[in-house]
Amino acid sequence: MAWLPTLIKACYFLAALLFILGLKRMSSPRTARGGIVWAGYGMLVAMLATFFLPDMHNRGLIVAAVIVGVGAAWWSGKRVAMTAMPQMVALYNGMGGGAAASIGAVELIGYVRHRLLTQGMPDTSPLRPEAWAIDALHPVMAVTALSPIELALGVLGSLIGAVSFSGSLIAFSKLQGWLDRRFVFPGQRAVNLLLLAAAVVIGILLASGYASYPLIAAFFVLALLFGLMMTLPIGGADMPVVISLYNAFTGLAVAFEGFVLGNETMIIAGTVVGAAGTLLTQLMAKAMNRSIGNVLFGSFGASGAEAQAIDGAQKPVDAADAAVMMAYAERVVIVPGYGMAVAQAQHKVWEFAQLLIKRGVKVKFAIHPVAGRMPGHMNVLLAEAGVPYDLIADMDEINPEFPATDVALVIGANDVVNPLAKTDPASPIYGMPILDVGNAKHVIVVKRGKGTGFAGIENALFYADNTRMLYGDGQAAAGELVSELKSMDA
Amino acid sequence: MIDGFLALYIFMLAAFTGYEIIARVPVILHTPLMSGSNFVHGIVLVGAMIALGHAETPLEMGIGFIGVLLGAGNAAGGYVVTERMLEMFKSSKPDAKAASRETK
Repeated sequence: MAWLPTLIKACYFLAALLFILGLKRMSSPRTARGGIVWAGYGMLVAMLATFFLPDMHNRGLIVAAVIVGVGAAWWSGKRVAMTAMPQMVALYNGMGGGAAASIGAVELIGYVRHRLLTQGMPDTSPLRPEAWAIDALHPVMAVTALSPIELALGVLGSLIGAVSFSGSLIAFSKLQGWLDRRFVFPGQRAVNLLLLAAAVVIGILLASGYASYPLIAAFFVLALLFGLMMTLPIGGADMPVVISLYNAFTGLAVAFEGFVLGNETMIIAGTVVGAAGTLLTQLMAKAMNRSIGNVLFGSFGASGAEAQAIDGAQKPVDAADAAVMMAYAERVVIVPGYGMAVAQAQHKVWEFAQLLIKRGVKVKFAIHPVAGRMPGHMNVLLAEAGVPYDLIADMDEINPEFPATDVALVIGANDVVNPLAKTDPASPIYGMPILDVGNAKHVIVVKRGKGTGFAGIENALFYADNTRMLYGDGQAAAGELVSELKSMDA
Repeated sequence: MIDGFLALYIFMLAAFTGYEIIARVPVILHTPLMSGSNFVHGIVLVGAMIALGHAETPLEMGIGFIGVLLGAGNAAGGYVVTERMLEMFKSSKPDAKAASRETK
C-alpha cells in the first residue's frame, strides 16, 4: 500500500485547488453557484482522504461525530429563514473556531502527557494530583514531537480559535434576539485587557515549554472568557463587522493548527480565508464609516455630545393616498431595509412594484451597502422574492437620480436614509454615506411605529416637509398598497 | 512535518491569493462570499479528525470528539447556507417568479 500516502497527498492538493477555484468562482455572480459546489467537492475529497490516513485510531468515534455534526448543521441550515442567515454564519463560524481550539487542546494535552511519560510517571491522567504539579517549572522541549515553532503556533491558534468560538456564540445570541441588552460596566476595557494579557502570558509560558495541565486549563478558560467579554458590549448594528472579523480569526486559527498537524491544505484554506476575511471586514467597516478598532473598542452611541434636536412632527398618510401618489408617479424608488425582510414583506413589495410597472411607472430598488445585516444581504433577500437584477441599483448609482424621482418609498429602512449622518457631527452615524431619499419630491416611509430604529437614533427624514409616514407592519402595509392599487384598476 | 520557511512561503502566497480573490468583488456577493469563506475554513474538520485519530486518553478523545463535531458543523452548515444563498443567483432570469413561489 505504498501508493496510499501519495494518493492522500494528491487528494489534499486537489482539495486546496478546488477551494481556491471555488472561492474565485464565488466572486462573480454568474459562476457563484458553481463555486460553492466546487469547494464542496474539495471538502469531501479532503475528508475522505483523511479518513484513510495511516495509523488513525478511533475511526468509529470519528464517523459518529461527523454524522452527528453534519446532520445537525445540515438540518438547521436548511430550515433557517433567509433573514437569519447572518447569525447562522456566526454560529457555524464559531463552531470552526471551537474545532481549531479543540485541536490545539488535544495537541497540548498530548504534549504534557508525553512529557510526564518521559519523566517516568506511569499514570499521566490529569485526574491525579501528581500530574498537575510535576516539574512544571522545568521547560522540556526535545522529548516530544512538537517543535518550538509548532508549539507556539498551536498555542496562538488555540487562543484565536477560542476567542472566535465564544465571541461568535455571543454574536449569534445577539442577532437571534436572545441577548438584546448591551452589557457594559465601568472599567470594562481594563478588565478585558487584563483578561487578554493573562491569556497571552500563560500562552507564552505554554509555548516556551512550561506546559502543564492546570496552565492549559487556565489558558482556555481565559481565552474563552475574553471572547465573551470582548463581544458583549458591542451593539447589534455592529455585529456583521464582528462576525466577519471572527470569520477571518477562525481562518487564521485553522492555518496555525494546520501547521502544527503538518497539513498544507489547512494552512492554505485557513490563510486564504484569513486574508479574504480581513479585507471583507475592512470593506464592511468602511461602508459604515467606522474603523474596526472603533467597532471593537468604542461603544456605539456613547459619544458625549448632545444630539441635535429635531423640529416638526411626523405627518401620517394612509395606504389609499400613498397608493394613488405612486400609481400616478413617473418614477418610484423603493428603499428596502432590514425591517422589510423581518416582516417577510419582500414578496408583497415586489408584487406591488410589478403592479406599478404594469401601469407604466418606472420602478427601481435602491440598496444601501449595509442594508440588511451584511453587505449584500438585501440583494439576497430581494433575489429570493424574484426581483430581477436590473431593477436593483446601488447607492452611487441611485443617489443622483433622486431629484428626478417622484416618490421614494422607504420600507423598513432607517439609519441608511437618515440625513443626520450628513448634518449632525454628534450623531453616532455621522459620516456614514446615506441614500439621499430626501431629494425626491415625495417620501413615503413605511414604519411600524414612531420609535427609533435598530441603532436607536432619531431620524430627521421622518420629520421632513416632503415626508409622509405610513404606519404599519411592513407586510400588512405592502398588502394594503397592493389591494388599493388593484381596486383602482377594477 | 513542514519546514518552517516552506510554511512561511505557503502562508504568504495563500494570503495574497485570499486578498486578490476578494479585492474586486461586487457588494452583492459580500454576504455569500463571507459565508463561502466560512465554509472553506470548515477544513478544520480534517484537522480535528487527525487530532481525534491520534488521541490516546479519554480526555483527549473527548475533546477530539467535540472538535470533530464542531468542525463537521462548520463544514456542513457553511455549505448549506452558502448554497441556499447562491441558489438565488441562478433564478435571476425570467423564471424567477416561479422559483420564488416554490420557496414560499
